[in-house]
Amino acid sequence: MKAWVFGDNVDTDVIAPGRYMKYGIDEIARHCMEALEPAFAASVRKGDVVVAGRNFGAGSSREQAPEALKHLGVAALIAESYAGLFYRNAINLGLPALVCAQAKRIRAGDHIAVDLDAGRIDNRTSGETLAAEPVPAFLLQIVRDGGLLAHLEKRLRGERASA
Amino acid sequence: MKQTLAQKVVARAAGRSTVTPGEIVTCKVDLAMVHDSSGPRRLKPMLERLGAKVWDPTKVVVITDHYLPEYDDESRKILRIARDWVREAGIDNFYDAQGICHVVLPERGHLRPGMFAVGGDSHSPTGGAFAAYMFGVGATEMLGVMVTGEIWLKVPHTIAIEFDGAFAPGVSAKDVMLFLIARYGMDGGQYQAVEYRGPAIRKLPMQERMTLCNMTAELGGQTGLIASDDVTRDYLQREVEIWDSDADAPLLAHHRFRADELPPQVAAPHSPANTRPVSDFDQRIDLAYIGACTGAKLADLRMAAAVLRGRKARAKLIVAPASLRDQQTAEGEGTLQVLLDAGAELLANSCGMCAGYGQHQLGENTVAISTTARNFKGRMGAASAQVYLASPYTVAASAVTGRITDPRGMLQ
Repeated sequence: MKAWVFGDNVDTDVIAPGRYMKYGIDEIARHCMEALEPAFAASVRKGDVVVAGRNFGAGSSREQAPEALKHLGVAALIAESYAGLFYRNAINLGLPALVCAQAKRIRAGDHIAVDLDAGRIDNRTSGETLAAEPVPAFLLQIVRDGGLLAHLEKRLRGERASA
Repeated sequence: MKQTLAQKVVARAAGRSTVTPGEIVTCKVDLAMVHDSSGPRRLKPMLERLGAKVWDPTKVVVITDHYLPEYDDESRKILRIARDWVREAGIDNFYDAQGICHVVLPERGHLRPGMFAVGGDSHSPTGGAFAAYMFGVGATEMLGVMVTGEIWLKVPHTIAIEFDGAFAPGVSAKDVMLFLIARYGMDGGQYQAVEYRGPAIRKLPMQERMTLCNMTAELGGQTGLIASDDVTRDYLQREVEIWDSDADAPLLAHHRFRADELPPQVAAPHSPANTRPVSDFDQRIDLAYIGACTGAKLADLRMAAAVLRGRKARAKLIVAPASLRDQQTAEGEGTLQVLLDAGAELLANSCGMCAGYGQHQLGENTVAISTTARNFKGRMGAASAQVYLASPYTVAASAVTGRITDPRGMLQ
């Protein structure tokens, strides 16, 4: 899993540009990050991770931002912090978003393995292990279910079965 | 236990007498607002997949603003889904082409002090100007609200920002927010509640208060709040409950400023945090844009008119009044004519150029000054465009001279 590294305050207009918001996720994802890293959308591979500094996902409430990253195959986000609205969206879309104070120790291209349950990030290139902040159990469950929609589907099915 | 305004509203919505910052609670939602972009077109397929209905159609407000005016097949389709869905879902609170959601919602009387509300848009903290706890959520989270009528919340700490005295003529809420965002950063709000208070805030009219709470989004707060008072009552034209923080409720931070010392502010590309006093700028501009929920309400149009009266814009000047009702009032009182006489081109009552969703976009290398909330790279059009943010006074003054200009010498 290769790391793609970005800076502080990466905004949702960069992650999912407004002028493509009228289209479906295929087209939006094609332009993901293009103002910062034109090669990103075409080069990112399934299982890669996106690493950033402070306040990743600042700006708009558009959930197509985490959706586009997930659509491109990004397996997890690692950042020093997230904009709160983006963080909730990422969880709701089933995209793991780890908070790691030492995110900036990760270099572009490093091979990264993430253990979501243990909150552990292994950098196989540098040999370092970084700790992520624990995620509340009910949010981990939403991520494991594949996002809030699937989570609600499961819950409603349970309620209907027991009704 | 002493509680802040934010805690009091959250506690009520959670069915509790008090709540403690940091704990996770489930709140009942009093009102859910969505617009055409994040609303029906995304909610409808998800509701169908779940086989679920809206929990309470009387608590839902749908407002079209992002893809207006319709200009291609995609935008026409998005608007058609919104219009069809409100009928299917039995939602009577539907405002079609009446203006930007954050302005139309209180204008049509949907907000009350003490309400707990969510909006499918990041500028939903605007509602906090009415002492409501209102914040933005994404479409899937909104689906959860639509199905259950509830949402989880980590009870926020409160950051109090207090302004003593009074703001100088030519200085507005937009200057206050740009100043605060530069000082504390785009994550300075730490996704907590930001409460604006003090004599200078009390003197602000309702729409200026809305601008403060609106741009709490750019300050990184979950919401912005202002206690209810006579100004709230007069705007809503009905008696309101007083919702305010207890005098000595614990705060995460308490910042105090002297309002009269604040000069007009300008944010340089490509971040609202990139702000300095207007006098620091020596910059030519091609285009001046007066638009958006944060910069083209009636109060904003009046500020622009105070500068533009009897003057001609040297730069291209575009005005998109934030609501139809505000535009009609501006027309009736002569404010709109002042803008038109100055050479303003009028756009529809919608989000317009602010979010870059529509047909009007900034071209390559255009240098613009704008009353909007965000100047992120590429947001309003070409990535090579340079967008400066400022108050309606400063944008109007800059339109006249064709350069970024301090409006304080041009007020009439």
